Amino acid sequence: MGRTLAEKVWDAHLVRSTDNEPDLLYIDLHLVHEVTSPQAFDGLRAAGRKVRRPDLTIATEDHNVPTTAGPITDIVSRTQVEALRTNCEEFGVRLHPMGDASQGIVHVIGPQLGLTQPGMTVVCGDSHTSTHGAFGALAFGIGTSEVEHVLATQSLPLQRPKTMAIEVEGALPPGVTAKDLILGIITQIGTGGGQGYVIEYRGEAIRALSMEGRMTVCNMSIEAGARAGMIAPDETTFAYLENRPHAPKGADWVEAVQYWRSLATDDDASFDKVVTVDATALSPWVTWGTNPGQGAPLSAAVPQPRDGADERALEYMNLTAGTPLRDIAVDTVFVGSCTNGRLEDLRAVADVLRGRQVADSVRVLIVPGSVEVKEQAEAEGLDEVFTAAGAEWRGAGCSMCLAMNPDKLAPGERSASTSNRNFEGRQGPGGRTHLVSPAVAAATAVTGRLTAPADL
Amino acid sequence: MEKFTVHAGRAVPLCRSNVDTDQIIPAEYLKRVTRTGFDDALFKAWREDPEFVLNDKRYDGATILVAGPDFGTGSSREHAVWALQDYGFRAVISPRFADIFRGNATKGGLLPVQLEAAEVVELQRICTTDPTAELVVDLVEREVRAPGLTASFEIDDYTRWRLMEGLDDIGLTLTHEADISTFEASRPTWLPATA
Repeated sequence: MGRTLAEKVWDAHLVRSTDNEPDLLYIDLHLVHEVTSPQAFDGLRAAGRKVRRPDLTIATEDHNVPTTAGPITDIVSRTQVEALRTNCEEFGVRLHPMGDASQGIVHVIGPQLGLTQPGMTVVCGDSHTSTHGAFGALAFGIGTSEVEHVLATQSLPLQRPKTMAIEVEGALPPGVTAKDLILGIITQIGTGGGQGYVIEYRGEAIRALSMEGRMTVCNMSIEAGARAGMIAPDETTFAYLENRPHAPKGADWVEAVQYWRSLATDDDASFDKVVTVDATALSPWVTWGTNPGQGAPLSAAVPQPRDGADERALEYMNLTAGTPLRDIAVDTVFVGSCTNGRLEDLRAVADVLRGRQVADSVRVLIVPGSVEVKEQAEAEGLDEVFTAAGAEWRGAGCSMCLAMNPDKLAPGERSASTSNRNFEGRQGPGGRTHLVSPAVAAATAVTGRLTAPADL
Repeated sequence: MEKFTVHAGRAVPLCRSNVDTDQIIPAEYLKRVTRTGFDDALFKAWREDPEFVLNDKRYDGATILVAGPDFGTGSSREHAVWALQDYGFRAVISPRFADIFRGNATKGGLLPVQLEAAEVVELQRICTTDPTAELVVDLVEREVRAPGLTASFEIDDYTRWRLMEGLDDIGLTLTHEADISTFEASRPTWLPATA
């Protein structure tokens, strides 16, 4: 009986497996940021424990970081960032702080440094750790107690998850992006559809995606309820990794690639559940509600509520069923986050904004996912396209994806956002979020209403 | 952590689905570096509505939350569990929990109890009709008892044992330290290191 990609990676990391106990899984890479780690380091100190493998651990500052020049002025935020610095110093963990050339959103810097590789187990105290599954790694978010557990033992006790295949059949139509695909998938299976499963995304449309597109898809697995989402490594993966700072070199590279090729799901393997998605039926997608499963094609209208949750969402979003989605005006456009803050995303935005102006009524924030992405974008002159169009070009960080730094929506304000969550108040108390792709965000910035590039 | 065997208490009906962890505790409160003192932040935005169920004095002192499906979705913030515990909750009942929330809850001794949707609706009806109704969440027998209703729930043997003994995972894992060292010695040398 063959095995799936997820099962192969799981089996290769078993420290211990016995009946009636969770498996003990070894962790290859532990990513750390300032928000979910201070209590974990405190726990280590209280118990007199050390970080078992600081050499498999890396930290950065992202959630609290302002995206404009200058120090953190919020005292509580500054205290949290300073706590991370103190903890990394005391426990010997490599840190990329604000101002460092490799600082950035934790899920952008791991792949960029070549630390995320196929077949690895990757964890972080952040639910969007699923991003790293794009490389064929088993990567998932953990809570602070588990952060402490991994720091102390470099392992985690876990119940073996079920496996789900999402078979994406056919090719995405022109103008339809990875973000539209994952938003469409979540609309189809719901926010709880992947609960208890590791998803493997498969099929022609997935194979055709760049690594950046694959990261966008895997990033939002958690929005479908799945702790992890994976894509089998292939030539696209290897080409992305080769020559990255932490990628294997020389003979090691050859050996590693040979192993990575063996990870793909066997032809005779079976999944606990299979979901089929028709890529050819997808189009630019937006959310209208307050969870990522409440989405629709941009060409559609705000749907009739099916239940109390839908009614509540429409009330919070101040929307009326039947209103064409293209008629919805926004106050803010946010481009960035671990979902869509990479170079390819910024290029897509620049392609739309080049030679155009953003609407007077709209504030447009464009936030690179890392300092390196910022430098690459500037080397290509993308920053000049953005500022010429009237958008704000910011420094690297989580920014307006979540209201933990100065970038926030005001109460009642409405955004088109390339981030991952449209929860009530996610981008600021009382704020209203429509999740969109970078291309739709850019076109929306031009018209001030939810718009696809093809509409311009 | 505090042992959990049998807990009796009054319950709050939270008749909403998709209660994400941003609603349980907004990100603003995640800037704190402590592990306690989050009771003021629990359901912060919703509590500004006087009609919100936690503002109903009849539910003061309740220790069990009965919520709709997909409870704890979204962010991995364990602060959501700490806030529920700081407020006084010992157990949350829902037809379906997000995986990360469920794991976080059991690490800290907050019992996530998954029941059938119809059973949850009936429990919500019971504690809406009579806020003084007492529920019993019995981890030993793996069942919830309320006036006129007994519902059994599933939980794996290991997690149940750990909660009943009040044991934390790190100490248990460290008893297998030799296994971890053996595994470590077998890892390919080309795997990346950060230092």
